[in-house]
Amino acid sequence: MGAAAGAGKVFESQERSTKIIVTMGSENMKLTLKIWRQNNTNAKGRFETYTLDTVNEHMSFLEMLDVLNEQIISSKGEPVAFEHDCREGICGTCSLMINGYPHGPQQGTTTCQLHMRHFKSGDTITIEPWRSAAFPVVKDLVVNRDAFDRIIQAGGYVSVNTGQAQDGNAIAVEKEIANTAMDAATCIGCGACVAACPNASAMLFTAAKVSHLALLPQGEVESPQRAQRMIEQHDAEGFGRCTNITACEAECPKEISVEHIARLNREYLAASIGAVR
Amino acid sequence: MKSWFVRFITSSIGKKVVMALTGLFLISFLAVHLAGNVQLMFGDGGQAFNEYAYFMTHNPVIKFTSYGLYAFILLHAIQGLILWNQNRLARGSQGYAVKRDRLATAPKSSLYMGSLGMVILIFIIIHMVQFWAQMKFTGNVAEVTYPGAEYAVKDLYTLVYTAFTNIWFVIFYVISMVFIAFHLFHGFESAFQTLGLNHKKWTPLIKFVGRAYSILVPLGFAIIPLYVYFYLNQ
Amino acid sequence: MALQSNVPAGELSEKWTQYRSSMPLVAPNNKRQLEVIVVGTGLAGGAAAATLGELGYKVKVFTFHDSPRRAHSIAAQGGINAAKNYQNDGDSVYRLFYDTIKGGDYRSREANVHRLAEVSTNIIDQAVAQGVPFAREYGGLLANRSFGGVQVSRTFYARGQTGQQLLLGAYQSLSRQISLGNVQLFNRHEMVDVVIQDGKARGIIARNLLTGKIERHAAHAVVLGTGGYGNVFYLSTNAMNCNVSAAWNAVKRGAYMANPCFTQIHPTCIPVSGEYQSKLTLMSESLRNDGRVWAPKSKEDARLIREGKKTGRELREEERDYFLERRYPAFGNLVPRDVASRAAKVVCDEGHGVSPTGLAVYLDFADAIQRYGKSRASTLNEHNASEARIRELGTAVVAEKYGNLFEMYEKITGENPYVMPMKIYPAVHYTMGGLWVDYNLQTNIPGLFATGEANFSDHGANRLGASALMQGLADGYFVLPYTIGTFLANEIRTPKIDPNGSAFLEAEAQVNERISRLMSIQGNQSVESFHRRLGHYVWDYCGMSRSAEGLAKGRQLIRELRDEFYRDVFVPGRADEYNPELEKAMRVADFLELGELMMVDANNREESCGGHFREEYQTEDGEALRRDDEFAYVAAWEWNDTEPILHKEELVFENVELKTRSYK
Repeated sequence: MGAAAGAGKVFESQERSTKIIVTMGSENMKLTLKIWRQNNTNAKGRFETYTLDTVNEHMSFLEMLDVLNEQIISSKGEPVAFEHDCREGICGTCSLMINGYPHGPQQGTTTCQLHMRHFKSGDTITIEPWRSAAFPVVKDLVVNRDAFDRIIQAGGYVSVNTGQAQDGNAIAVEKEIANTAMDAATCIGCGACVAACPNASAMLFTAAKVSHLALLPQGEVESPQRAQRMIEQHDAEGFGRCTNITACEAECPKEISVEHIARLNREYLAASIGAVR
Repeated sequence: MKSWFVRFITSSIGKKVVMALTGLFLISFLAVHLAGNVQLMFGDGGQAFNEYAYFMTHNPVIKFTSYGLYAFILLHAIQGLILWNQNRLARGSQGYAVKRDRLATAPKSSLYMGSLGMVILIFIIIHMVQFWAQMKFTGNVAEVTYPGAEYAVKDLYTLVYTAFTNIWFVIFYVISMVFIAFHLFHGFESAFQTLGLNHKKWTPLIKFVGRAYSILVPLGFAIIPLYVYFYLNQ
Repeated sequence: MALQSNVPAGELSEKWTQYRSSMPLVAPNNKRQLEVIVVGTGLAGGAAAATLGELGYKVKVFTFHDSPRRAHSIAAQGGINAAKNYQNDGDSVYRLFYDTIKGGDYRSREANVHRLAEVSTNIIDQAVAQGVPFAREYGGLLANRSFGGVQVSRTFYARGQTGQQLLLGAYQSLSRQISLGNVQLFNRHEMVDVVIQDGKARGIIARNLLTGKIERHAAHAVVLGTGGYGNVFYLSTNAMNCNVSAAWNAVKRGAYMANPCFTQIHPTCIPVSGEYQSKLTLMSESLRNDGRVWAPKSKEDARLIREGKKTGRELREEERDYFLERRYPAFGNLVPRDVASRAAKVVCDEGHGVSPTGLAVYLDFADAIQRYGKSRASTLNEHNASEARIRELGTAVVAEKYGNLFEMYEKITGENPYVMPMKIYPAVHYTMGGLWVDYNLQTNIPGLFATGEANFSDHGANRLGASALMQGLADGYFVLPYTIGTFLANEIRTPKIDPNGSAFLEAEAQVNERISRLMSIQGNQSVESFHRRLGHYVWDYCGMSRSAEGLAKGRQLIRELRDEFYRDVFVPGRADEYNPELEKAMRVADFLELGELMMVDANNREESCGGHFREEYQTEDGEALRRDDEFAYVAAWEWNDTEPILHKEELVFENVELKTRSYK
C-alpha cells in the first residue's frame, strides 16, 4: 500500500467505525438465502431457499452459514456443504459466489472475512459455487480445484534441492522488485479469478506464480520454460483464454494486478520466440 | 513433438498474440484509410479521392499489403471465433444465476468483444461488397480521365457519394462506427497488455492514446457520410 | 519404563555435526526401494516429503485438504527466526538456543534445541533459493525485526504472511517432486489409523474424503507432520479443520503423548464477539514491536468503555495502565507470550477489561504513529509539520509495516485501528505438547516419526514467537531426512510392505467399525455443539490458569460429555460419500479423549511453567513458580480409557543453568 493511499483510507473509514459503534447491539437480521444444492458431480443441481432470522451483524458470512447448518441439522436435514478452513483469509479454501460476486461484494476480501454488517435485514442472498468446466462441483458449493495444483506442478517452482542453497544474502534483490514479487506471491489459490472471468480463464493465477518467480534472481533462470510449461498445463486443464477483461483483478481477494499477466506474456514470448530450444 | 511454432500459435497466449498483432495492424490501417477518405470531403468533385483510390489499387507495395490486410481481417475474425468458442466451453454448461461483472482497469466493452467483432465483421462484408467488390469485379463503376492525366481512373467517388445520399446507409455507417469505437476502446490497450507491454509509467499513456484514438478515428469516419448527406448533398 | 532420548554423546555444539557424519546411510539404489508415507503437507510434512523425494525415497504424501497449499502453516504471520546475526547485534547459534530454552521455561531437550538453532540459518538460505520473497532493506539485503522474549533482531519476514510464503516454498518443492514422480500426492485423504506390524509402523488407513472409501497404504516408515491440537479448545486461532486425529490414532496404537498440557495462549488475538463465533483471529506478535498494551487504570473508566459511553482514545495518559511496561520494565511489551497473556488475564479479571464481554485490553499505536511521523517529517525536512501532518506521515509508516494486519482487524471488527486502539485478548494458538519423539524424531513406536507441531520436542512449556516456522522447516528439511535414515538403514532388506497383511485388514475393520458406530447413533445433537461444549470445559479448567480442583472437575465433565456424545450425536448423510459432518465427528471423538489427557497431565504437573500456570504454584507477586527438582521431566503418557500411564524422560541440563525466568 502506498503511503498516500494508506493515509487516505484512515479518514474515509473513521466515519464508518463511528457508524458501526452506533449500530452495535442492533436487532437480529432476517435473511432469505438461495443456495445451490447438488448431491455430487454428476447429479443435477437446483436452488433451494432458506430463511434465517437469527443472524447478527457481527457474524462472519461463514458463521451465518454455520447457523444455517445447525438449523438444518436440528431438523435432521443434510447441511449445506461449503469449503473453509483458516477463516482468516489466507488458506484460500473458502470460495462462494455471493450475489454474483466471487467472495461477496466487498473487494479485497475472502468469503471468510466478509461480515454480515455488509448486508441488511430483509436481503435475499444468492450463493453459488465457482462455475468453470475445469472446477467440477463436488457437492453443493464445493468445487474441485486440483487443476491449480497441476499447473504449479508443471513448473511453478525453483528447481533447487534442499541443502543446495548459498547464503541468503549472497544476491541482493532490489527492495521494489522484492515487493512486486511479494505482491504476486500473495496469491492464495482460491480460484476467484476463474470464477470472475467471463472466459473462466486461470491466467491471473498462473501469472501470479510466473511473475513472482520471474522477478527474483533465484527464479529467473528457468522463467521462460516455466511460463511455457505452466501455460501448456493451463490450456490442457480446459481453462478459458484471457481476453484482458480484468474482472480477475477486481475480484481477487489479494488484489493481484493484471500487470503480472503482462509479465507472464513476456516470459512466454521469450520462451516461444526467443529461446534457442 | 510439435514444432515450436505450432506449440506457440496454438497456445492460449499464442492465439492472443495473433489477435493483438493483427488487431494492431488493423488499427493502424484505420488511420491510413481515414486519411484517404478525408479526401471525400474536398469538394473537388472527387478527383483527389479517385486518384488516391487508383494509387491504392495499382501500387504494387500497397497491393501486396492489402492482401495482407484481407488475410489479417480473416485471421483476426477466425481466431476470435475460436477463442469465443473455447471460452464458452471453459465456462461449463451451468452458468451463474446471478453474475455481476466488476472490472479493474479494462472498459466494459471488453466483455462484448466477440459480439462487437461479429457486428463489425458483418459491416466489413457489406462495406466491401458495396464499394470494393463493385469497383473490382463489376463494370458498374464508370471511368474518368482527369485533365492532364495519362490514364483513366474509376469514379469510386460517385459510387460512395451516391450511397451516402441515402439516409439509411448514413445511419448504418454511423452506427457501425460506434461499434468499432467500442471494439477499439478495449482492443487498443488490450493488444499492448497481450504483448506484455504493461508498465507503471507507460501504460497510462498507452491507455490515453488508445482511448483517444478509438474515439477520434471512428468519429472521423462517421463525419464523412454525415458531411456528404447534410452538406455536400444540399 | 524410562524413555531413551537417544541424544548422541559429545559437546553440545558438536553433537549434531558429529552425529550427522556418523549415522548410517541408505545407498541411492536402496532408497528407491524404500517407501515412506508422510501425513500432512504443512511446513513440517511438506518439507519432509519434498526432501525425502529429492533424496530418492518413494514417498506417498497425504493431506485432508484439497491441496497441500492449504495446510495451516499458511496462516503464520510474523516471521521466522534464524541465528544469522545479519544485524550485527550479538546474535549467535548459542544465543538462539539459549533464548529458546529459557523461553520454553527449561522444559525442552537441550540437544534438540541446539540443533534447531544450528540449522535455522540453513532454512533462510533454502527459502531464499526457493524464491520466498522475504522483506528486504533498500540495499537489497534481508530485513529483520524483533519478536517477544528476545533482545536481538533475528526474525525474517514476508509482510504479515511469512507462513504463507514459506509454505508455498515447501509446496512448490513438493510439487516439483510430484511432477518428477518421486512423490505421489493423495489429497482429500484423511489418515484414520496407523498400522503397526511386528512392532513397527508400516502404513496407514486413510479415508478418501470425496468417496468415503477406506484405503490401506503401506510403507517402510510413517512420518506424521499433522500439526497441533489447539482446536480441542473449540475456539482457537487454528484453522477450522486442524485436529489431533492423526497423532491421536498413533497414541491409541501405543505412541506416547508428551506434555499435552503445554498449550500456548497467544496474547494478541481479536476478542470473542459472541456465542456463534467459530474461530479466533490472531494479530501477529510483531505488532507488539510498536503497539503498547494498556488497560484503564480505573474500573469506572473500564465500565464506561464496556457500556459504550466512552472510548479508549478519550482516556488521558495518566488514566492508562501500561501494565506490561509497568510489570516488566526490561522487556516491556515484548515479554514472551505466556507472560503477556497472563498479565492481560489478570487485569481483565480485576475488572479493567474494555470490550462488552470484559475480556479485552488495548493495543495502541498512537505513540508509534507519533514517533514515526516525527521521524519521517524530519527525513522530509518538514520541521514545522502540523499535528495532522505528523499523524498522516506516521500512519503511512505504520501502514507500510502492518497494513495487512490492520486491514484484517478492520474487516473483522468494523473498527479502524489507526484511529481507535485495537482491542485484544489472549487465545489458544499453539500446542507445545505433542507426540513424544527421541533425538531422531522417532516416537516410541519404531518407524513412526513426528515432525513440527505434532511432536513435543523443541519448545518446552512455551514457544517463542517466530519459532514455529523455524521448527517445522528444520524438522522437515534438515533433520528428519537425515534421522529417518537411522531407521531405514536397517530396513533395506525388508521387502515392499503388503497392504493386504492381517494388521492392515484388522485396522481397516476397526476403522469401519468406528465409523458405523458414529453413523448409527442418530441422536439429537450436532457434532458442533459437542465440540463447543468440550472447548468451554478445556478453556475453563485447562486454560490460562489451572488448579487441582478445576482439573478434576474438568476431567469429570469431559468424561460425561464423551458418554453423551456416543449416546446422542447426530451425524447426517452417509459414510460412503463426501460427508464433512462425519469427518468432524471423527475428529471431535478424538478431541474428547485428548481433552481428558490434558487435564490428567496438567493435574500431574504440580508447578507453574511457561503456558502451564497452576494457581497453587505462584510467587507472591503472581509470577509462575517452577519446581525444577521435581518436574524437570517430560511427561509422556501412554493412553488408556481408565487411567493413562505416565512415562518420564528426565531433562538433563548440562549447558544452561536453570534460572527463574525474569523479564523484569
